[in-house]
Amino acid sequence: MAAPAFDEQQFTSEALSKYQLNGAYDEMFFAEGQPRPHYRGLHELLCRLPAEEMRRKKQTADVSFLHQGITFTVYGREEGTERIFPHDLLPRIITSAEWETIERGLTQRITALNLFLKDIYNEGRCLADNIVPREMVYSCKHFRRQMRGVAVPKNTYVSVMGTDLVRLPDGRFVVLEDNLRVPSGVSYMLTSRQVMKRIFPELFRNAGVRSIDHYPEALLTTLRSLSPEGRHEPNIVLLTPGVYNSAYFEHTYLARQMGIELVEGRDLVVHDNIVYMRTTGGLRRVDVVYRRVDDDFIDPLAFRSDSTLGVPGMFNAYRAGNVSLVNALGTGVADDKAIYAYVPRIIRYFLGEDPILENVETYVMTDAAERKHVLDHLQEFVVKAVGESGGYGMLIGPHSTAEQREEFRRHIEADPRNYIAQPTLLLSRAPCLVDGRVEPRHVDLRPYILCGDQVTIVPGGLTRVALRRGSLVVNSSQGGGSKDTWVLH
Amino acid sequence: MLSRVADTLYWMSRYLERAEHTARVMGVQLNLMLEQDPRSADRRWIRLLASLGHPDPVASASDPFALAQTYTSRQITSGITAARENARQVREQISSEMWEQVNRLFHEVKRMEAAGLSTAQPVDFLGFIVENSHQFQGVTDSTMNHGEGWQFIQVGRFMERTSATARLLDLYFREFTHPESQPVDSSEHMEWIGLLRSCTAFEAYCKVYTADLRPDRVAEFLLLNNEFPHSVRFASDRMQQSLEAIHLIASSKRTAQVAKLAGRLRAGLIFTPLEEIVAGLADFCSGIQQQCARIHAALYEVYITYSIEAALQP
Repeated sequence: MAAPAFDEQQFTSEALSKYQLNGAYDEMFFAEGQPRPHYRGLHELLCRLPAEEMRRKKQTADVSFLHQGITFTVYGREEGTERIFPHDLLPRIITSAEWETIERGLTQRITALNLFLKDIYNEGRCLADNIVPREMVYSCKHFRRQMRGVAVPKNTYVSVMGTDLVRLPDGRFVVLEDNLRVPSGVSYMLTSRQVMKRIFPELFRNAGVRSIDHYPEALLTTLRSLSPEGRHEPNIVLLTPGVYNSAYFEHTYLARQMGIELVEGRDLVVHDNIVYMRTTGGLRRVDVVYRRVDDDFIDPLAFRSDSTLGVPGMFNAYRAGNVSLVNALGTGVADDKAIYAYVPRIIRYFLGEDPILENVETYVMTDAAERKHVLDHLQEFVVKAVGESGGYGMLIGPHSTAEQREEFRRHIEADPRNYIAQPTLLLSRAPCLVDGRVEPRHVDLRPYILCGDQVTIVPGGLTRVALRRGSLVVNSSQGGGSKDTWVLH
Repeated sequence: MLSRVADTLYWMSRYLERAEHTARVMGVQLNLMLEQDPRSADRRWIRLLASLGHPDPVASASDPFALAQTYTSRQITSGITAARENARQVREQISSEMWEQVNRLFHEVKRMEAAGLSTAQPVDFLGFIVENSHQFQGVTDSTMNHGEGWQFIQVGRFMERTSATARLLDLYFREFTHPESQPVDSSEHMEWIGLLRSCTAFEAYCKVYTADLRPDRVAEFLLLNNEFPHSVRFASDRMQQSLEAIHLIASSKRTAQVAKLAGRLRAGLIFTPLEEIVAGLADFCSGIQQQCARIHAALYEVYITYSIEAALQP
């Protein structure tokens, strides 16, 4: 895709004039003012387009999001209200060669994780062979001993995974973390693509972007493939905690796109170990539950007894094989950031292969030597609580105060199992529209991996942006935003 | 559809209809009191409160007017709030226009309450409620698919209307001596206009019977007229139609129960001779309310709160 030749000096725009590179990998530029080949189209557009036009496009996008009601709830603020998801207009572009590696790496990863989960809930060979320390697994809050010996359809524990990737200064993609418990963001990915097609049709057409609209269909196929044996035309539902959940928009969106019923715990009832849905036409049997409710809340008889979001008896129906839950119960073990540190070993052990996508160097605090090293150099590390998501419970060394570091030191020493540390990474940066100008901001990438009869990965995923200048925190709940991700043919 | 969703839509609709009715009744009464005998004012407010379901209006207040003001304003606000909350729970089932309408109505009502407008400018406030309730009904009819969900909304609306109208009639006829085929005297004249206006029926009545107000004709119009939307007959017709439609869509074996009860109510309104009704009008009206309660209970038992055992029986 060659951009037409143009006189750079004549067309370098005001918008790009302040764009400066630092040591981070820049998605658009390989050197000052020199765009990478796959970004030339966008660069040319940015130089050519008057600021007013860009502003108008942004407004169109915002209105579109508003009308579709694309919102999320931010906790910890007074309103706790819905806000329109902050979206940056400029797409993040990935070449097909780069994507091919990512795809192979993620396929390898989800395959290994499923084998790992099957093993720890059955024979436990990898524990006996000390690939992962036994106490690490058993002390994990999300390890569910109730799942020992429980058979799951097609031995697939994790069917929907969102893995966060970051790009290092040398251009390599590495895995930052896996999200196996209700990863969200798919609806933003799908709706922002629709908006982008409307705003940048020419750029889109000329670039040759791979489509992603088949995600709902692929998800439905995945869910169907995991139905209990012998169920003709399985009844698939999406279990949501309800309207007050921050991801409720996504639940309704996906249910609608897939054409399945959106249910809450109180709509379901279990009788004789079979799950039914209460409808005006009577009870209707349920075969597959795409559950966006955490393990803890899914069945007050088996887990937290104070939960009102779940269904009493669900676990027994599950164990009897009369209903499939996606993801399976107990997959949170592989979500644990301390277990994440062992995934490269897991891949080698179960698949006999080297990991295609590497992990970020990780220090587990339960190891005395690693803990000491981290505590001595706390300013250089990012410390994370193993079970948290959304960017909470995190210390960013270089941006922290002495007081914050002292607080974390106390936490780590009190409960080392609950923390890991990683060196502060210089995440790659991508051009963003900030106050009418184009400026670089740190980004990550969250592709969504589906695993049923086969592994399906929709090209791209959600690119999350740390909107505040210099910030490394991309999570939406902490004021991050998103970009459309384009994987080229 | 999910039982919970049917339940939610039904109550959203009932709450809105209730708020509209309350607002209209109150608005009419405020308008009439300007020309009515102030000595009988207390009696009228007590009657109004009783018709709107206040448990004991006689004993409750030394100032029935003030009580009526606070009671109705609270009923309206809580009704709109509940309707909006219900709409929110099933936002995916209603059209976005419906949601916007009820949400906007809710926020406006809250604003007006906070600004004290319900007491300072009651007529404006009450008129606003009625107008917006009409708008919601219009939006619902034209933007929502007339499927099962819409039918449950109709059942809620007409169930509430049947009940409320019957109760209003009941109280009016208890208070005034047996209606005869004679025009009313001038002191009672306004009361009957009030009753008709409370059901938006004055102009329609006049078209059918002229401005000659006779209690038996008022009873006939409000109970038996099959063309006027606020008559009990019309409401029960629509209720039965919607229940039939639901029966066809939801196809449960036990729906015969609900259909029978609705059919019986309707038959009573079609076939009972007017003289018989008029002779025992208060009883006839309370009979209607009881039948409504039974239909509501059956509706719930068949479609919503049925036990598992009942549902799994062959």
